Amino acid sequence: MNLPDDIILSLYEKMVATRLFDLKVKELVEKGHRILYHSGIGQEAIPTGVCAHLRREDYLIPYHRGWGYMIAKGMDMGRILAELMGRVNGYCRGKSGTHMACFELGVLGKTGIVGAGLPIAVGAALSAKMRESGQIVACFFGEGASNTGAFHEALNMAAVWRLPVVFVCENNLYDMYTPYLEVTSVANIADRASAYGMPGEVVDGQDVLAVYEAARRAVARARRGDGPSLLECKTYRWYGHFAGDEHHYGGYRSVEEVEAWRARCPIRGLREYAISKGIPAEELDLIEERVRAKVEEAERFALGSPEPGPRVALEDVYA
Amino acid sequence: MSSREITYAEAIREALREEMARDERVFLIGESINYGLFGVTAGLREEFGSERVRNAPISEAAIVGAALGAAITGMRPVAEIMFADFLFCAMDSIVNQVAKWRYMIAGQANVPLVIRAPQGSGFGMGCHHSQSPEWVFAHFPGLKVVAPSTPYDAKGLLKASIRDDNPVIFFEHKMLYRMRGPVPEGEYLIPLGRADVKREGSDATIVATSLMVHRALEAAAELAGEGISVEVIDPRTLSPLDRGAILGSVRKTGRLIIAEEACRTGGFGAEVAAIAAEEAIDALDAPIRRVAAFDVPIPSGGLEEAIIPKAEDIANAVRAAIEAKGRRGIGPAPDARSHPPSDYPWPT
Repeated sequence: MNLPDDIILSLYEKMVATRLFDLKVKELVEKGHRILYHSGIGQEAIPTGVCAHLRREDYLIPYHRGWGYMIAKGMDMGRILAELMGRVNGYCRGKSGTHMACFELGVLGKTGIVGAGLPIAVGAALSAKMRESGQIVACFFGEGASNTGAFHEALNMAAVWRLPVVFVCENNLYDMYTPYLEVTSVANIADRASAYGMPGEVVDGQDVLAVYEAARRAVARARRGDGPSLLECKTYRWYGHFAGDEHHYGGYRSVEEVEAWRARCPIRGLREYAISKGIPAEELDLIEERVRAKVEEAERFALGSPEPGPRVALEDVYA
Repeated sequence: MSSREITYAEAIREALREEMARDERVFLIGESINYGLFGVTAGLREEFGSERVRNAPISEAAIVGAALGAAITGMRPVAEIMFADFLFCAMDSIVNQVAKWRYMIAGQANVPLVIRAPQGSGFGMGCHHSQSPEWVFAHFPGLKVVAPSTPYDAKGLLKASIRDDNPVIFFEHKMLYRMRGPVPEGEYLIPLGRADVKREGSDATIVATSLMVHRALEAAAELAGEGISVEVIDPRTLSPLDRGAILGSVRKTGRLIIAEEACRTGGFGAEVAAIAAEEAIDALDAPIRRVAAFDVPIPSGGLEEAIIPKAEDIANAVRAAIEAKGRRGIGPAPDARSHPPSDYPWPT
């Protein structure tokens, strides 16, 4: 594989933005801001590598971990942060928080129920197919979701109707505090695809180029009208399941295991690859500097945005 | 206006056909709807094709979830859940996703979908094929809940539900599918949230929906022979509920009886009673009475008749309310239907 420099740089920028944004949220949570925080740090390669193949009008169903999908789809970090902080200039006027959507960019909203997003992705894909719009759907979820009924119902339905969906499983090896193999019958979630007659592929989720390549095939298949695929990206979250998880480092995960995965940082991996390809380190540093400034600007925007009045809580129940 | 009479099932099929012909975004999704268990959708596949009359796997959660995904991206799905009892298999999709999605995304898209669900007892099919869970769904903000009692109402309300930009759960009563009634051939809509006075009267108000409207009308006819004039109010939609129509009738008659097919605790009757107590207690001449199913699962076979209200039960509740005249404030009269009575013939 020989990717043009501009794609490498774009992947790098998106991953760095995802990382720095996540760290900013972490910092704000630690300062006491009321934000529902499920860190995606360590898993940046997956949303970045997949969303690189999506068009503006394509649909995205994110899941609870991280904000890489939203950033990669083009959502503005200031408005994402404002929404997370319950401010009126957020994407949903501060009433939605982590569930936020951006229909202009095809981001359809994020359910808080594990697995529930998959059937909704199937419906969006059915709609795209019936309207012959050429749109596809990328649907993200964790390995835990693959044990819900909704996962199995959705994969069967998408396969039998040959719908344009790419199911992306981020397997970070833990269902909250439970090692996934303690509660899951197969080591590879991708194997479950064969039960539904669709291709399933295990991907190194720490290697953004591997994710990019696998997603390219799955997205092309969906666009051709050949139906859904299941990508399982093996990965690891550096921090806890949520802000209050005190057991992630030396508790249910050994310190050695966490450190071994942290050594496989997806951003450092791409940086080393870029330098080996002759991209100057200074150019990468410049990107980081620019992104850092954007994240600071996002924070200023969010903190400067007013809180919504109580009336907003009463709006939007019915059309 | 035409005096044509068709069945409740035919009225529903006609509404579906007209709306599908009018708007190509409308499509049907459900289990074996190529014929339909109750035959409601029969023939539509021949007319509109298998893409728009889409047989789904036995996956209620995904049927409703997919309907949601389609609705927020430009389609107007009409999902069928074969029995209302099976709505519970899709409870997360309905209650956590469909009902809340518009709110969650701050109105960036509407959720124009309908879930049709055959409800009710009468066929002796037991506890998983006979329930009337309308009120369960009326509890959740974001949903609309419709339960028509006549062919005329079924057609006009279903057409309005399909055109509504909100999710609507449309309960069809299995025992009413073969009931015939006048349905004009021309186009008409019945707005959601507007009650219908099914019979006018002056001595007592019965509020009932769906099958219970007919049992209430039967009771009212019997009571007329005793000189008691009964008004029967059919809200037709449980959410939004036409509180004005109910309160107006209660203020006129001074007595309120609610007849419901579901079991009693925390149900439709409780809500209507609470509304009357909050807004019109000064107008009441007798304690409010609920006539509901016993708080037990629905048994199979003929035993279901032992727990579902009959016309006679409703008539007795009205008689008790009439006898209670002048006892305002003295406390509730005994209500035999609150729980199985102590002499209830339990099987041994």
